[in-house]
Amino acid sequence: MEKENLRFVIVGHVDHGKSTLIGRLFYDTDSLPEGKIEEIKQICESLGKDIEFGYVMDHLAEERDQGVTIDTAQTFFRTDKREYTIIDAPGHVEFIKNMITGASQAEAAILIVDANEGVKEQTRRHSYILKMLGLKQVIVTINKMDLVDYSKDRFNEVKKELIEFLDKLNIKPSYIIPISAKEGDFIAKKTENLKWFDGPTVLDALDSFSKEESLIDRPTRFAVQDVYKFDERINAGMVLSGLIKENDEILVLPSKETTKVKEIKEWLKAPKEAEAGKSIGIVTEDGLFLDRGCILTHKDEEQPKITSAVKGHLFWLDREPYKKGERVLFKLSSQEIMGELEKIERVIDSSTLETLREDADEIKNREVADVIIKLSSDVVFEDFNDIPTLGRFVLERQDTCAGGIITEIGGKTNVI
Amino acid sequence: MDHLDELESKSIYIIREAYKKFRKIAMLWSIGKDSTVLIWLAKKAFFGNVPFPVVYIDTGKHFKEMYDFRDECVKKWDLNLIVSDNIDESDKKGISPEDKLDCCTARKTDALKKTIDKYKFEALLLGIRRDEHGIRAKERIFSPRNKDFRWDYKNQAPELWDQYKSQKESEQHLRIHPLLEWTEIDVWKYVKRENLPVNSLYFAKKRDGKMVRYRSLGCVPCTSPMPSKATNVDEIIKEIRESKIAERSGRAQDKEEAQAMQKLRALGYM
Repeated sequence: MEKENLRFVIVGHVDHGKSTLIGRLFYDTDSLPEGKIEEIKQICESLGKDIEFGYVMDHLAEERDQGVTIDTAQTFFRTDKREYTIIDAPGHVEFIKNMITGASQAEAAILIVDANEGVKEQTRRHSYILKMLGLKQVIVTINKMDLVDYSKDRFNEVKKELIEFLDKLNIKPSYIIPISAKEGDFIAKKTENLKWFDGPTVLDALDSFSKEESLIDRPTRFAVQDVYKFDERINAGMVLSGLIKENDEILVLPSKETTKVKEIKEWLKAPKEAEAGKSIGIVTEDGLFLDRGCILTHKDEEQPKITSAVKGHLFWLDREPYKKGERVLFKLSSQEIMGELEKIERVIDSSTLETLREDADEIKNREVADVIIKLSSDVVFEDFNDIPTLGRFVLERQDTCAGGIITEIGGKTNVI
Repeated sequence: MDHLDELESKSIYIIREAYKKFRKIAMLWSIGKDSTVLIWLAKKAFFGNVPFPVVYIDTGKHFKEMYDFRDECVKKWDLNLIVSDNIDESDKKGISPEDKLDCCTARKTDALKKTIDKYKFEALLLGIRRDEHGIRAKERIFSPRNKDFRWDYKNQAPELWDQYKSQKESEQHLRIHPLLEWTEIDVWKYVKRENLPVNSLYFAKKRDGKMVRYRSLGCVPCTSPMPSKATNVDEIIKEIRESKIAERSGRAQDKEEAQAMQKLRALGYM
């Protein structure tokens, strides 16, 4: 039986110990390649430093010289239960776009807080991003307990401060664990230093998490990526949710034309059906002209929403601010439509959650905003909580400049 | 769907996105296991056709088994092969494998530059993986290079979910990495599941009196085999699972100095 794989991201303020925790997870699960520790020791000695577990992940010369993670990276380890992909995310405010890049690929998160410093600017901003990305499986670790003499009182103080903030975001962490990544307390093993703590280690907590459930039981959605004309016209794309079968009566959105699935295409196979997550091709019965961005659904199931003005909540990720009137490319699943922010209802500081401006004219780097996006044609979408791919979007100026989720779905509002 | 199904579908999605955005696209094929998997995924993405050229960079220093394997696959899979090389110039300049950084740059990176100039490719599909090397772990799936082939690793654009960037004017070409999330074990499990052809260099046999196999393929002077008894794919999977030796430990250019891979990649190396 194939072991499953869970992807989790480690986030938190700069210097609170994310890369060190990863190095420690590797070391304690015996996952480091031979010679790696020796290599790191040598580099640390040449830089005149004590051994830094962080160097397992921080590979760029600049990262090692400055002791700061610049870009997100992924690495792999396994426990008896499953395989893990660890996503390391930089904690410095400058690299927030890299942090979101990493976190957007995760199914679970570890938020790390320095026991000495407590909750800091990026602790709050990263928490906010976890919330926005819809990550529900969260472990909080209060790190560097060795620096506060493994004090239970200090642990409780930081825990209280953090929970007050997370409550505002409606984030309920699954575990809050005191650790020392440097010394190896409560990462893979329980230690005497923290004998007053009766919760799980970080590894046990991770093993208790579950894989994201398959979307096979949701209404069927298929996003057309491209149309190929080899011997016949094949609509290539991915099943986003549900199950699509040969002879299914389907609806093409947003045009609302109807047709039938003549054949499901996969090279060297002749499948009768395809489930959520699968990249396939579809041949329709009457050769209806489909194009990239069409969303196919089952005629008799609940339908997604269609509109040319969406309400969204977005995180601006470009140094160049957005100014009212600018047109940008709106991308949602395989749909790509030009649009502009018709109204910037509210701009929020992504760390303090303070409202900065209402009915604003611009959004600056790292600010968050509630907006109304006016599009040049209809877009098909639905609730992020039901089918994530159809509820989230990015804005593009050739590079991605913002990411967000749709907050109003048929009169119902999703609170962020 | 199991983990391999998920990886396969995601990679096909990425390959199709790349082809949708860039019709002037090619795939880089090193003859190794990863880029051979990549060709297979492209065939799946386009229902048996590979609608773009496959570029092989000939350093003139590869193993004979690699040339043989290449010709066998080209025939079997009906590939449009472009052979790219900078052998004459490298030889003329007297660049030898002794100077690893210069040699890789001249024989691989510069050869690729010539080919991109000639064919005006806007994008290249490559089979690199994050678990191969810490520097590759920092890559994006869509990763731009400027006209000097520089990788601006300090200022990479955000890449959210399954949304990939477009090309800017300042970007000479994009490197696209559909296998970034795969691990070495995933690749071998997939080779087994799909029954893909495997270069004989990967299997252990007596070479110079010792049972050894190549775990990563490159040029003869800079690639060393490792002791191994794995003579089939199952045994390779078992060996990697138990091994604590890094995959590219037999590749000399990675180890020239602490940050060699970063320097090579910043200059446009794969």
